[in-house]
Amino acid sequence: MREITLQRFTLSIIIAAALMLFLPVIMNTFVLTPLLIYGMLGMSLGLIWGFGGILCFGQAAFFGLGAYAYAISAINIGESTIPMLIAVMVPAIFAAVLGAMMFYGRLGDVYLGVITLVVTLIFFKFMNSTAGPDYVIGTARLGGFNGIPGFQTLNIPGLPDDYIYGDSLYYVTFVLLVVAYWLVNWLLQSPFGRVAVAIRENEQRVSLMGYDIRARKTILFAIGGAIAGLAGALFANWAEIVTPGLFSLSQTAEIIIWCIVGGLGTRLGPILGAAGLAYLKFLLGQQAFIDNTIIMGLILVLFVLFLPKGLIPAIESVWKLSVGKRRRCHPSRRRKGRAITNG
Amino acid sequence: MAETVLETSGLTMTFGGVTACDAVDFKLKARELRCLIGPNGAGKSTFFKCLTGLLKPTSGAVFMQGEETTNWHTHEISSLGVGIKTQVASVLDGVTVHENIWLAARRFFSSSIAETKAKETIERLYLGDIAKSNVGQLAHGERQRVELGIVAAGDPWLVLLDEPAAGMTSEDVDRMTEIIREMTTTAAVIIVEHDMQFIRSIATDVTVFHQGGILLEGNVEQVMSDETVRNVYLGKKA
Repeated sequence: MREITLQRFTLSIIIAAALMLFLPVIMNTFVLTPLLIYGMLGMSLGLIWGFGGILCFGQAAFFGLGAYAYAISAINIGESTIPMLIAVMVPAIFAAVLGAMMFYGRLGDVYLGVITLVVTLIFFKFMNSTAGPDYVIGTARLGGFNGIPGFQTLNIPGLPDDYIYGDSLYYVTFVLLVVAYWLVNWLLQSPFGRVAVAIRENEQRVSLMGYDIRARKTILFAIGGAIAGLAGALFANWAEIVTPGLFSLSQTAEIIIWCIVGGLGTRLGPILGAAGLAYLKFLLGQQAFIDNTIIMGLILVLFVLFLPKGLIPAIESVWKLSVGKRRRCHPSRRRKGRAITNG
Repeated sequence: MAETVLETSGLTMTFGGVTACDAVDFKLKARELRCLIGPNGAGKSTFFKCLTGLLKPTSGAVFMQGEETTNWHTHEISSLGVGIKTQVASVLDGVTVHENIWLAARRFFSSSIAETKAKETIERLYLGDIAKSNVGQLAHGERQRVELGIVAAGDPWLVLLDEPAAGMTSEDVDRMTEIIREMTTTAAVIIVEHDMQFIRSIATDVTVFHQGGILLEGNVEQVMSDETVRNVYLGKKA
């Protein structure tokens, strides 16, 4: 089993490296970087929703919080290493507190969705109303609707004048995405991840087994918040400005659509769904003939109607149908490396 | 003389104006097998849910191995080493039989020991053929057996089973009886059951519930031949 995992690990690293080097050939890295960032954001919701069964309507809150935490601390501190850490910690802690309130309060799924959505909108409203000079954290003005521009962007750790931007930001983002992806993979194969999947399947049974589901859901929620926060910090570095739009309703709804289209309960699905749809949105944004939200809505409806499990599971079943026959001839190859969940 | 592992004193549960459980005093000794019977609405299941923490009793106390567990959460109670099977099979549908049982064992053992325990349990409960199937695809009797496997995997010292034989074929019931008997070598077992056939085949001590309280306790044959019990079951006034 370990050998198979190692093989898969090596293979995926090779594929990832090849992709990382190949993609800039066909596309501008300035376009590619946000696609990767959205992929990471999609993965964060894919983890807590697809594997933990927690439908969070407010993943954008952690994304925006990460971006703002980065911008504010970068203005105050200067060098980017500590602000990056803060940008991961702040959303994680916020998610832990919010999660603890919801899960220890035994709120049902519907209320969970409502609360997370409302929290996001509160951030949106609040950040929009911080235009005056009174709204200052340290030396950073929150800037209201205009957001915060002009902060220190990512630099090589310890060297505040060596900025990581353009192509190098793309490579850094790609590597961070791969690292985060493998951490999520590792988490899901660990006992913690397996219990998380069990909680998704049947909460009552898991607590009858003796596991404290409230604590476990809170931790998982916080991990999702941390990943979304990292994505937010990277986005702040790419855009070189943070605005309240990060907390907007459309942003938070899009993350959910990415997960559904990509394939919920798969590890790769939300990443590909996010990158794919974000790219489509980018392309549609270049023409004025048809509004891109109509296309997005149409895609969501078509997927829910015809591919309700999403893209990755659909591809997988087609793959199994075509390769299945050949596999059956090699009994030694059967049953190998089957993880608890597909993807 | 075996020690008392489970005790309730004055356990009462009221829902609005209805008293489902009325000051129940109950004792269970180590490795004892006890069936709770009684007509519908007698309070058996409510009593069961108060023991497992699924309901919080209105008043009274529950003691497990001398420790008071009243108002504890379900997961805290099962963490003591109590295996619980609910009335409607509560299993993890989306994952394999093996995963179900491994997760149950993992709560009490390290990953590798849990693996061994899971294998043992799967063998003991004749689940080998379906170990790699998703539980969602299984038949009712198999699901019941998987849940019993989940209960057994953690090596419990107290097993609480709510209607384990409900809706099962006679073959499945026989197998279930055998498994439960085996459990009693290491654990005290409480079974809430309607099926008299099943209770007779396990042949044990019985506690009869009626109108929220304990009507009678004793050996199964003795209880069955009791006039009051017959009247209660036939719906006459006790």
